[in-house]
Amino acid sequence: MNRKGLVSLIAVFLGLIAGAVFMLLTGHNPFIGFMFLFQGGTLTLERLGNTLATSTPLILTGLSVAFAFRTGLFNIGTPGQMLFGGFCATVVGLSSDLPSAVLVPLMVITGFLGGALFAAVPGILKAVFNVHEVVSSIMMNWIGYWIVYYTVKAYFTGNMETESRLLPNSATLRSPWLSNLFGGSYINLGLLVAILAVLIIAFILNQTTFGYELKSVGYNRHAAEYGGISVNKNIIFSMMIAGGLAGLAGVVQYAGNANNIQIGVMPTQGFDGIAVSLLGANTPIGSLLAALFFGLLYSGRGFMNAMTEIPPEIADTIIATIIYFAATSVLVERLLDKILKSRQATKKPLIDSAVQNTDNNNTNYGFMPPTEEEKENVPKGDE
Amino acid sequence: MDFVVEMLNIRKEFPGIVANDNITLQLKQGEVHALLGENGAGKSTLMGMLFGMYRPDQGVIKMNGSEVKITSPNVANDLGIGMVHQHFKLVHNFTTTENIILGIEPKRGLSVDIKSAAGRVAELSKRYGLNIDPFAKIEDISVGMQQRVEIMKMLYRNANILIFDEPTAVLTPQEISDLIEIMRNLIKEGKSIILITHKLKEIKAVADRCTVIRRGKYIGTVDVKNTSEAEMAKMMVGRPVSFKVAKVPSNPGETILKIDNLNVQSNKKVLGLKNFSLEVKAGEILGIAGVEGNGQSELVEAITGLRKVESGTISVKGTDITALSVRKRIDTGIAHIPEDRHKRGLILDYTVEDNMILEVYKNPPFSKLGLLNRQAIHEYANKLINEFDVRSGEGGASIARSLSGGNQQKAIIGREIELDPELLIAVQPTRGLDVGSIEYIHKRLIEQRDKGKAVLLVSLELDEVMNVSDRIAVVNNGELIGMVSADQTNENEIGLMMAGVKGGTHHE
Repeated sequence: MNRKGLVSLIAVFLGLIAGAVFMLLTGHNPFIGFMFLFQGGTLTLERLGNTLATSTPLILTGLSVAFAFRTGLFNIGTPGQMLFGGFCATVVGLSSDLPSAVLVPLMVITGFLGGALFAAVPGILKAVFNVHEVVSSIMMNWIGYWIVYYTVKAYFTGNMETESRLLPNSATLRSPWLSNLFGGSYINLGLLVAILAVLIIAFILNQTTFGYELKSVGYNRHAAEYGGISVNKNIIFSMMIAGGLAGLAGVVQYAGNANNIQIGVMPTQGFDGIAVSLLGANTPIGSLLAALFFGLLYSGRGFMNAMTEIPPEIADTIIATIIYFAATSVLVERLLDKILKSRQATKKPLIDSAVQNTDNNNTNYGFMPPTEEEKENVPKGDE
Repeated sequence: MDFVVEMLNIRKEFPGIVANDNITLQLKQGEVHALLGENGAGKSTLMGMLFGMYRPDQGVIKMNGSEVKITSPNVANDLGIGMVHQHFKLVHNFTTTENIILGIEPKRGLSVDIKSAAGRVAELSKRYGLNIDPFAKIEDISVGMQQRVEIMKMLYRNANILIFDEPTAVLTPQEISDLIEIMRNLIKEGKSIILITHKLKEIKAVADRCTVIRRGKYIGTVDVKNTSEAEMAKMMVGRPVSFKVAKVPSNPGETILKIDNLNVQSNKKVLGLKNFSLEVKAGEILGIAGVEGNGQSELVEAITGLRKVESGTISVKGTDITALSVRKRIDTGIAHIPEDRHKRGLILDYTVEDNMILEVYKNPPFSKLGLLNRQAIHEYANKLINEFDVRSGEGGASIARSLSGGNQQKAIIGREIELDPELLIAVQPTRGLDVGSIEYIHKRLIEQRDKGKAVLLVSLELDEVMNVSDRIAVVNNGELIGMVSADQTNENEIGLMMAGVKGGTHHE
């Protein structure tokens, strides 16, 4: 377990303790509360499947935020990208009657492209005019919100005014086989899309020159520039890929977990992606694990409400507290640093001898030891 | 005994290191006492304790024979201890007087009594020969004058013990001799001075006694008059040091770099480089001498492609590179040891291995079809680490941030030399390094020259430029003031040119 992972675990632990304190303060037994919270997400195969399904869009939005973070960008536009990507996929699904094996992949690709298109705007604005991506991507959220609101209402209204027509089952990621495997859960092929995305992104970041460039720009754009890496190109690509991932989250949400798109609602999974990414230390695998954890909390919440007296508001508060601790994991890191440092400082004898070693050894200049020949050639006295 | 300050058997530890171990420094009334040591020897820590920034773990500090506890810089101030920091702490759009009284403003009712303060500044300025205009704005005055404002800050606060931290690093040779004159005046008026430095020449010029520390340990205190520079250098480094860089005369070949009428904007959106023309030939080291901020950064960034050119051309081996991207310029054969190794030279959060391929990751064998070849990268990095003796905790897998400054610099130099460039641009290649490292890096630069490569050396250390270069171009205010050959010039001539006095071309 590396340091980052340890920090995240401590954040989760502190969050749970804070939740326990909440339960105690409101006169409930935290052990029973947590027992039902976790049982709610795992007790049966169906519940487990639902937990995974709930996690699926979170994996993708978390991955989206994490990917942009690696290039030094804060993609706060995930809700808009997710909404627009999901919307594009829904439009394709509703307007075409291709066979499922062609249509569903086409929807996935459309969703990715829709999200990428939406994120390209802040990316280009950042690269060309140095407009901060936080401002422009938040604005894009609202542009997406109203585009979807208008278009769905005008062309795709279903039974209710507030949602689109239902997608036929052949135009969703649903798979009866997978559902049955998990006792009728609404788990769907979206999970595979998400896992595949995690693996691909991890591969890009760690094994390719493209990933090397992206990370270089993220860590130190001046050095990247010095090394001949185009900073602007990488900023635009990074935003587009991040947006595409959020778009995929839209596909798995609106054409997987659900089978239509709601209007007038900004998807909460978008902003949750930020917390997922932070808790996952901005790594692909970390985001996957963090999303599973959040999915567990979200799907266990209902069960806890049903089985105990703990009111649903308290359950939400507990989840929010954990997210809060996850988001402030940098504090945990500082604390950890301090503890490690003070522990190091007590190991005096070891350090003393280390310094003495370098000091008593005259040939050790902390640089290149001279060869015998060089020692001979050193001029004596004044020059 | 007439010691004004005594620091006796001082010990200070930081986590992981003993910064000061049993160090004694005794300052006599009315002397200039040099504190000599390499970077990281513990000079700043020792002075930090005198100035109240840290508390010693062991040992006592005495002033005029009685023990004092200096718990904060304010206490130090009250005791009459003042410090001129290496990096000035001035508000640029305030006047000199406003800066001097900052924190102790004389008041008349609710308003600041600038007038009486300015009067006192003028009077002190006259007494010590500082020549400060009380109403000039900091941004309008020279760096040398800004330093005098810092000195005035201490005098205004009635300091008697003055600590100068590497005061000459930012000055031209002429400004340095002015500063030495000012220090003599201060002594005449009864002040005592501690001079922190690693420049032996200045110690010889101004100091009475010199205390040498090495790696946190006290080596000795000597009378400057009776001690040679070589002896002091040996005390500082722990072995004999050669001052002259050994090299054979250069053998210049064809022109590698040709700069013609170059105009480049600075960060302030004015021309930082004006009608600049220059040639560097194969097999020679061309040094650029000048005070910081006189167009050096603009020149280097224009050549390497990091900064846009307004007009003029740059060509390498006859190919016009003025419009090429950074990557293409690297491929043309330009390598660049950047001025700021943390800003440009390294990606500190990458491993040493990943840093070694910063410019070549796209080339085979390090990648193929966009996939990195970890094995090849690993071998390449290990080769460089061994060849250039880059020391780190875990070899190539160490995070670059965890390396010492000297080892970071060696990693960069190794990386750049390994590119086998036609033109090697070295900017401040030895900044902040110890004497041993400096010797080594100079040797490497000369080795490149002897292999028939062109080397452009930009440095603020005049000694470095004069020792290593074959020809020296002097810049002032973005213009080429003159060109001299290194073996026919002297510090005085270059110093005048650095200050903007034209001349020098007669050597050509």
